[in-house]
Amino acid sequence: MLQLLQLIVSGAAIGCIYALLALGFVLIYKATETVNFAQGDLMMVGGFIGLAVMTVIGLPFWLAFLVTVVAMALVGMGIERLVLRPLLGQPAFTVVMMTIGIGYLARGLVTMIPYWGTETHTLPVPFKDEVIWIGGEGGKTGGLVISVEHLVIILATVALVALLYVFFRYTKLGIAMQATSQNQLAAFYMGIPVRRVNMLIWGLSAAICGVAGLLLAPITFVHANMGFVGLKAFPAAVVGGFGSIPGALVGGLIIGIVESLAGFYLPEGFKDIAAYVVVLVMLVVKPNGLFGDNLTKKV
Amino acid sequence: MHFIFKTRYEQDIALFKHGGQNFWYAALALALVAAPWLLSEYTLSQVTFIGIYAIVCLGLMLLAGFTGQISLGHAGFLAMGAYTEAYLQGMGWPFMISLPMAALVAGITGIMIGLPALRVKGMYLSIATLAFGFILEEVVVRAEHITGGNAGRQLGALTIAGVNFDDGANFYYLVTGIAVLCVLGVLNLLRSPTGRAFVAIRDSEVSAQSMGINLAHYKTVAFALSAALAGIAGALYAHKIRFITPDQFGFLQSIELLMMVVIGGLGSIQGAIFGPAFWFVVQQVIVVGKDWLPPALGQQTGLQPTIFGIILIAIVLFEPMGLYGRWLKFRTFLEIFPFYRKGMFKRQKSYMKSERMK
Repeated sequence: MLQLLQLIVSGAAIGCIYALLALGFVLIYKATETVNFAQGDLMMVGGFIGLAVMTVIGLPFWLAFLVTVVAMALVGMGIERLVLRPLLGQPAFTVVMMTIGIGYLARGLVTMIPYWGTETHTLPVPFKDEVIWIGGEGGKTGGLVISVEHLVIILATVALVALLYVFFRYTKLGIAMQATSQNQLAAFYMGIPVRRVNMLIWGLSAAICGVAGLLLAPITFVHANMGFVGLKAFPAAVVGGFGSIPGALVGGLIIGIVESLAGFYLPEGFKDIAAYVVVLVMLVVKPNGLFGDNLTKKV
Repeated sequence: MHFIFKTRYEQDIALFKHGGQNFWYAALALALVAAPWLLSEYTLSQVTFIGIYAIVCLGLMLLAGFTGQISLGHAGFLAMGAYTEAYLQGMGWPFMISLPMAALVAGITGIMIGLPALRVKGMYLSIATLAFGFILEEVVVRAEHITGGNAGRQLGALTIAGVNFDDGANFYYLVTGIAVLCVLGVLNLLRSPTGRAFVAIRDSEVSAQSMGINLAHYKTVAFALSAALAGIAGALYAHKIRFITPDQFGFLQSIELLMMVVIGGLGSIQGAIFGPAFWFVVQQVIVVGKDWLPPALGQQTGLQPTIFGIILIAIVLFEPMGLYGRWLKFRTFLEIFPFYRKGMFKRQKSYMKSERMK
């Protein structure tokens, strides 16, 4: 029983990362109906920016965190402005290929950095390798062990989601973003600068990726192929229902926990594909996901 | 510009439309036959690779360029073909039987991927193919008694009817012959009702369905055919490499195949050949050119992905019809020489078509 709880906690922590990335997908998908296949690679870029700020410039973790988030927001906005806005009005396939190209390029560019890009790095976070014991005798035997890294991920995700909720619910910009994602034309008529809002949404999504990258870094280290974790955010987004923000969170948690349990109870190899098996089952049984609306194309 | 005055029905369905095409394709055929005498052994081996990848890209073009379905797991089909061939050859089956079997096994896998297509479409389908690709890769790793797992699997020498096909020229002819047959097959398929249905589905699923096209059926057929072509290529790839490991068929491979197709030019058969040809030529140029670059830049492993990433982004931004589109423009420029105008191939911008219910 304790073991099960243990697995669920660590699964939930990884699930939070998937959830954050899925949140990034969903924000962009809702606003522009584009699937961003570069999400995982943006997370990798975020991890490297954080690493650079901490080791080269030497800022403390919390300051580096802020710098990374701002830098990633600029990266996201830059991508939208430079390569995606010219594609406005093109078919979805074109835009998907563009995001794939961005991801491929990002991975290439990072490995271009001499002596750095091809290595695996440890992010020197203050809470590395610490654990908290809950229950048990004398705080050392038995009981639930939670590593601080996992705890930070869960708490940070909760805090971020609360912040986003407040942002979307109470600020003018957040409401403008909601309006844009519901109906671009109507939003435009109401005086919302749709293009600028789209750019800001890309910035927001990339910033969330940066946060995810920094949170994941203590667990998987920082390396150029870190972005492949981001591919598991697709199953998370689909399970939750593409286009639903609470769905992305629930989906991420489900995928994370299923993966963690599969790694322990099922034979070797199932852990890596658990997320994909879940998404295939979901697509066959309930393609719109847990929280998705029933979508039909209007002719 | 050729204006063909058609006087017979045969002219309407002919593969080569006019004398100019006859001449140039005959010249191409001659060049392909003469290649082993003209090219060095290394270049010939690269051309063989282009042939193998052209077969995969042809399948992917059928799926992505003509049916409008994005597959992010195509390397999985390639793996199915390669491992089927390796396994059957290990059991002593002749190549003439094991090659169709490789195509068949890959095709059946394609049908399995098509199953979610019964219910989902668009981006959901591409995520399903992504998931399938990862699962196939893991299956290959785990089925050690068949595939050799991560340690890889060796292939024996390739002999057909007592003739050894392992050396450069013979294998080149084999690959080229199969590639040409595949191109002709796909060309003919596209002129048939099935091919027309594919294009209709690509242009609009709703209107295709309204005209009585069974979406799920045709999408499954497209996946099966595309996968079968990948299976054939996979079998040839296995013989070319002679040592196959699961990591040759990972997600990156799928992405690179898709990039080749887009660079070549979506929606054109020529694009499926231009794409891999361009890819391998650029690869060689990078290998040669990096000695000229400063070592800090030239010796980085990321050089190749960076260059291909930039090429892909540039193509998507400036030349949506890919290299074939560029060639088309150049040809038109020559054909109508002083009359070429800048906007002749201009893309029509449309307002974003929402997939959502409003």
